[in-house]
Amino acid sequence: MSYDVIVIGSGPGGYVTAIRSAQLGLKTAIVEREHLGGICLNWGCIPTKALLRSAEILDHANHAKNYGLTLEGKMTANVKDVVARSRGVSARLNGGVAFLMKKNKIDVIWGEAKLTKPGEIVVGAPSKPAVQPQNPVPKGVKGEGTYTAKHIIIATGARPRALPGIEPDGKLIWTYFEAMKPEELPKTMVVMGSGAIGIEFASFYLSMGVDVTVVELLPQVMPVEDAEISAFARKQLEKRGMKIFTDAKVTKVEKGANDVTAHVETKDGKTTQIKADRLISAIGVQGNIEDLGLEALGVKTDRGCIVTDGYGKTNVAGIYAIGDVAGPPMLAHKAEHEGVICVEKIAGVPSVHALDKSKVPGCTYCDPQVASVGLTEARAKELGRDIRVGRYSFGANGKAIALGEDQGMVKTIFDKKGGELLGAHMVGAEVTELIQGFVVAMNLETTEEELMHTIFPHPTLSEMMKESVLDAYGKVLNA
Amino acid sequence: MATEVILPKVDMDMATGKISKWFFGEGDAVKEGDVLFEIETDKAAMEIDAPASGVLRNVTGKEGVDIPVGSAVAWIYAEGEAVNETAVPLAPSATAESPLPVSEAKTPAAELAVEQKVDSAPRATPLARRLARERELDLARLNGSGPRGRVVSADVLGVSNTVVDAGAQAEPAAVQSEAPGSIAGENALRHFPEGSYELQAHSSMRRTIARRLVEAKSSVPHFYLAADCRLDALLKLRAELNAAAPLIESVPAYKLSVNDLVIKAYALALAGVPDANVSWTDEHLVRHSHSDVGVAVSVPGGLITPIIRQAEQKSLSTISNQMKDLAARAKAGKLKPNEYQGGTGAVSNLGMYGVKEFAAIINPPHSTILAVGAGEKRPVVTAEGGVGVATVMSVTLSTDHRAVDGALGAELLAKFRALIENPLSMLV
Repeated sequence: MSYDVIVIGSGPGGYVTAIRSAQLGLKTAIVEREHLGGICLNWGCIPTKALLRSAEILDHANHAKNYGLTLEGKMTANVKDVVARSRGVSARLNGGVAFLMKKNKIDVIWGEAKLTKPGEIVVGAPSKPAVQPQNPVPKGVKGEGTYTAKHIIIATGARPRALPGIEPDGKLIWTYFEAMKPEELPKTMVVMGSGAIGIEFASFYLSMGVDVTVVELLPQVMPVEDAEISAFARKQLEKRGMKIFTDAKVTKVEKGANDVTAHVETKDGKTTQIKADRLISAIGVQGNIEDLGLEALGVKTDRGCIVTDGYGKTNVAGIYAIGDVAGPPMLAHKAEHEGVICVEKIAGVPSVHALDKSKVPGCTYCDPQVASVGLTEARAKELGRDIRVGRYSFGANGKAIALGEDQGMVKTIFDKKGGELLGAHMVGAEVTELIQGFVVAMNLETTEEELMHTIFPHPTLSEMMKESVLDAYGKVLNA
Repeated sequence: MATEVILPKVDMDMATGKISKWFFGEGDAVKEGDVLFEIETDKAAMEIDAPASGVLRNVTGKEGVDIPVGSAVAWIYAEGEAVNETAVPLAPSATAESPLPVSEAKTPAAELAVEQKVDSAPRATPLARRLARERELDLARLNGSGPRGRVVSADVLGVSNTVVDAGAQAEPAAVQSEAPGSIAGENALRHFPEGSYELQAHSSMRRTIARRLVEAKSSVPHFYLAADCRLDALLKLRAELNAAAPLIESVPAYKLSVNDLVIKAYALALAGVPDANVSWTDEHLVRHSHSDVGVAVSVPGGLITPIIRQAEQKSLSTISNQMKDLAARAKAGKLKPNEYQGGTGAVSNLGMYGVKEFAAIINPPHSTILAVGAGEKRPVVTAEGGVGVATVMSVTLSTDHRAVDGALGAELLAKFRALIENPLSMLV
């Protein structure tokens, strides 16, 4: 079969790329070896949100008294049911992707793709078994064989990175795959790495009553976030009972019969041994660039990712890459946008703009939530920008207090002279839903003036966004 | 679904275009890829293909009229499709930034819905407005690189460096009279008795030349360095090389002109003095890694400078043949924008008109332009102190003092002269 576009990988980047490609009138196919929807829908973004929702409801119930409510008996988490709900959510969305492919007349090719020459792939049996449980293979898929396309877009995503000597075994040392579907709750747990994946699982298990210790190599948890926001979040997590080591590394893990002992070395040279039932390795992810035939075709890679221009083009004509496999930030929404840009450029759509990595927002769904876009305060200073910083506390916002969520802050960073919004950083309840306001503002290049002229509805958490802007200019009202 | 035919932007500097000729008329059947019409920009004529197959309707783009870029000029309806008879307004549409070739755009027409421009103020982001205000820049003179031509901060900060013709905006007359160095017609005309002259309308090329040169001469601090170069060795080498040209179908594979050697020498000089191979922007000094040499070519009604890119790496025969092709197409008005935009330095040669020496105006983003006079026999002082005869060519280097200082300009000129006088070094 011959196509205009073949997308390899049906994660959030790949399947959205395929839909946009089909919308543009290009004959499109998508190759998937395991799960429609990729990691995001099946083993990442979505099922973890389902788990964290259970954790949130449990936390609320445990604090019912604060709201004048009495719960007869004790609220308990049935971990099997919590996991079953999470899997159900994934299964529903997985079916949704199959529907979207059919609706957009996109051929789904089932198997593992390898580029044999420019414009040609051979799809064969997967080189490794699928992660279980696997949803049934959708009906009507095309099978193994040779397929050709004018444009081949690689969207194979990423997988957990392993630390030599501390390789996940799926039993005592987990990655997100196992952490997503525990059969029973461990009593104690060490989480190695405090990026979005690590800290979200740490937060979930903490809510489930597990004794959680987080070990982070860098000086702060959630290392990409603004230092002040990170410190605030850390304090809240510690208040909830999480133990956190920063500037610390796990040097060795000794496995027992049903537990592990992690040797943790802090920067000052001290070593601590932490015994725990399970260890989650969440030190990062790496691009899936192997077994694609990239080397033979001379596709340039760098540090485990495919090198592309701002439009997903690789150094080899007709071969493109988008999403995690095309480099950081490794986020689903970045992948989607990159894919749309890539295929629109292929179709010759006018005024396609290259991806602006400085405006990619990030959301972390631990409790408290963290969300951000743009430059951190430290980075802005590093770049030599003359800045104004605004801050506003949840404790001064009516809606936050009414919700019983008075811990958090909104921080905004402006260019002192031009009034450009350089960065926005938030920690606290629902901030992952708030950040988009600032993302839009940044994309429209608004200055503080327009933000101050904008009416934010009362009573909402979003009022804090405006107050933070006002604070940056010494005009804060409710503080 | 009907497909909109828009007037595409085929040139960075272009805000309006004229359709010089329609190849199809109202109601004609067209096939995707057929040449639909030809547009004339200030520098070239370009053929535009039909973006879809069907029947041409609502042809509102008239020949010979200035039309804003991105305007719908016609629609192509599918066979038998109901034609929307309401007049389609001649307004910039969603695709003001449409790149060529338009026929590749397979965007559903719904996404290209005509957007009426409500006010005449240029579309710009708040940040861009503020930055422009601080820098006292007229937004109307900036080319927007954002969605639908919106001016964004990067445009103001000069990153995209795309000043367009202010005259193309809503009120051309008003804006033009504010342009520096402009002369209101009535004032000039009162000096001449009526009937003693006729008025000729400016071509868009003339307007562009006028605007760019006023801008360059009034904003770029020029200084000039002159030198005489002995040409005898170069003329001898040229004759030998041309005599040695292999025959392809009994035609020599190349015929080098003195100007081809001048281009190569200037490219090598720029490469040899990289500090002078630069462009000035308010934010940065742009240091170029190749010598892209613009060569002024006289064309009917004006001039244009096609670019020999990476000329320092090209062989003389390549430069020569490329130059012949570019010059021929320049005279025919068939250059593509990417063939005359940019460049890191320029050469202007009026030697063939017997001009002894002259000084040229720098054409930004270049920082230098070399004005080349005629090679002529002149009495010279020989190495022994006597008087002899040599072929001498005078050249004048115009230099942008913001980017290249006197000593650096002198170094560039010395390098050029050394290459011209020892031309064998150009061959290695």
